Amino acid sequence: MNLAYRDIRHNLGRFLLTCVGLGLLLGVVMAMIGIYRGLVVDALTIARAPAVDLWVVEANTRGPFAEASRIPGDIRNAVARIAGVAAAGSITYQTVEAEYRDAKLRLYIIGYEPTRPGGPPEIVRGRGIARSHYEMVADRTAGLELDDRISLGRNTFTVVGLTQNQVNTGGDPAVYITLSDAQKLQFDLAPPAQRVQLARGAGTASRDTVNAVVARLQPNASANAAADTVRRWKHLSAITQEAQEEILSRSLVDRARRQIGLFTSLLLIVSAVIIALIIYTMTMEKLKPIATLKLIGSSDRTIIGMIVQQALALGFIGFAIGVALILGIKDSFPRRVVLEPDNVLMLGLVVFVVCLLSSGLGVRAALKVDPATALGG
Amino acid sequence: MATARDDRPLVRVDSVSKHFGAGETRVDALIDVSITVYPQQLIALLGPSGSGKTTLLNIIGCILNPSSGAMELDGEPVVRDGRWLRSDLRRLRLDKIGFIFQSHNLLPFLNATDNVAIVLQLAGVDAANARRRAVELLDYLEVGHRKDAMPAHLSGGEGQRVAIARALANRPRIILADEPTAALDSKRAQIVMDLLRKLAIEQNAAIIAVTHDEKIFDRFDRIFQLRDGRLDNGGEAQNGAMETAHAQGA
Repeated sequence: MNLAYRDIRHNLGRFLLTCVGLGLLLGVVMAMIGIYRGLVVDALTIARAPAVDLWVVEANTRGPFAEASRIPGDIRNAVARIAGVAAAGSITYQTVEAEYRDAKLRLYIIGYEPTRPGGPPEIVRGRGIARSHYEMVADRTAGLELDDRISLGRNTFTVVGLTQNQVNTGGDPAVYITLSDAQKLQFDLAPPAQRVQLARGAGTASRDTVNAVVARLQPNASANAAADTVRRWKHLSAITQEAQEEILSRSLVDRARRQIGLFTSLLLIVSAVIIALIIYTMTMEKLKPIATLKLIGSSDRTIIGMIVQQALALGFIGFAIGVALILGIKDSFPRRVVLEPDNVLMLGLVVFVVCLLSSGLGVRAALKVDPATALGG
Repeated sequence: MATARDDRPLVRVDSVSKHFGAGETRVDALIDVSITVYPQQLIALLGPSGSGKTTLLNIIGCILNPSSGAMELDGEPVVRDGRWLRSDLRRLRLDKIGFIFQSHNLLPFLNATDNVAIVLQLAGVDAANARRRAVELLDYLEVGHRKDAMPAHLSGGEGQRVAIARALANRPRIILADEPTAALDSKRAQIVMDLLRKLAIEQNAAIIAVTHDEKIFDRFDRIFQLRDGRLDNGGEAQNGAMETAHAQGA
């Protein structure tokens, strides 16, 4: 006869309600873990999108994401000639706010050369950029649809393709346009300002400036060797893809990561305290039946088993509710929530251990019960 | 279900004392109490609140250890010089003692059958046999028709009968009752007392009850009056209406 099951069945409504409460709490814990994972994934997404092995940036910087980097666009030709480099492409990054359907839309504009590395990784709808001007591939999170037209700077662009989950570390959706359009957007002055510059005799400076040159290596070529070659040119720095990801995940999102990590830890502690209190309260409500059980000859093992099984059932059901909840609503979050199976499994183990430890309070209370209290003496 | 009479004492309490605390805070709950209880006897422990009757019941029930004295249960020495002679008091209670409570104290999450069967399962009986025996006992106590009812849905009398069935499940020879009729009206109290007498005779058991219920005093064979931890007159009060069952049988 399983006493834990019988007791749960007897107070099923209240038990399930408690499980739902715990599930909501664990759902929040999982959401925080998912947001943290999402932050890291988002940070890496843009860096991984061009599928390159080497980033060439301005000397003494860790650009183009962690620090500003500006280098001449023709560096691409020099990089492409390095031994082991299969292809190289120039790339720019900038954030703009555009008007869309009477609302401000923040976009992370990536300028790239359509025939070279640096473009979108996968187009889920529509096509890639085919014309040299005024076409864009946007991420779905921007809310743009195919054939939508949107003004960027002094020009109007047409959405020809859509990507999925391409956002920057701030969560702004990525939009790919041609490098020349991106440079025009970044450097062209508005006509009045241009007229003032001409009147001052400033002339028109070259706008062939990019934030980075990316390079894809031939199979078996060493990224470190290619990087060393680039570093010999004193005006440039080279960062391997591995190092770039390290910079992004450690430096760029480190504070946010620690903030969320701390908050998640606090939530876990709160969950542990709540689980302990729930189990303790459930036990305290059963002191008389526990005293009766002891008096009629029940062993401590039977009583401990009842409390521990209830604690584990509470944790398991609460955890299942939390998982179901977060899986159901994770796509509604404004930022990406990434729940990896190993994260969920780890949290499950934590909940299991917390339940086991928390039941200790209840077990202690139950073992202290004097069987004589059943006699009402 | 009747069994042959056995004249050996079922409970022998010999010069048992119990005190709580020490020094100025010392309270003597029991002082040099000796009683002997034989099979088929119904014994009442009477006394005002704080007189020591529940303490005595707890000591006989192996819940509380005495400070001094000796005790035998069913012929087995269990206390000597205030020390337990057995370490497994849980098993001792399970094998030899049944408990009936003031407010039946059925486990609220088990139905009537399982409330009885659990005692058997704790003693090692398999689930099917435990349930079968539990249903037999409920039928015997004329509450079999309520075997699937939860305690909250049982009347006071039904609940007390289920509690008695639970107390009898392991065929204990000593049944301790704490105010067994306190929650019952007069008619049901008499029915329960009749039932306890029937059980005492049929199972050759002794029943020791703490009670304040004057309307059932005349149903006991012997009455022990406690006052300030001592037995009044150094022993049992005479119950004019009853002869002891032991004396009847002797």
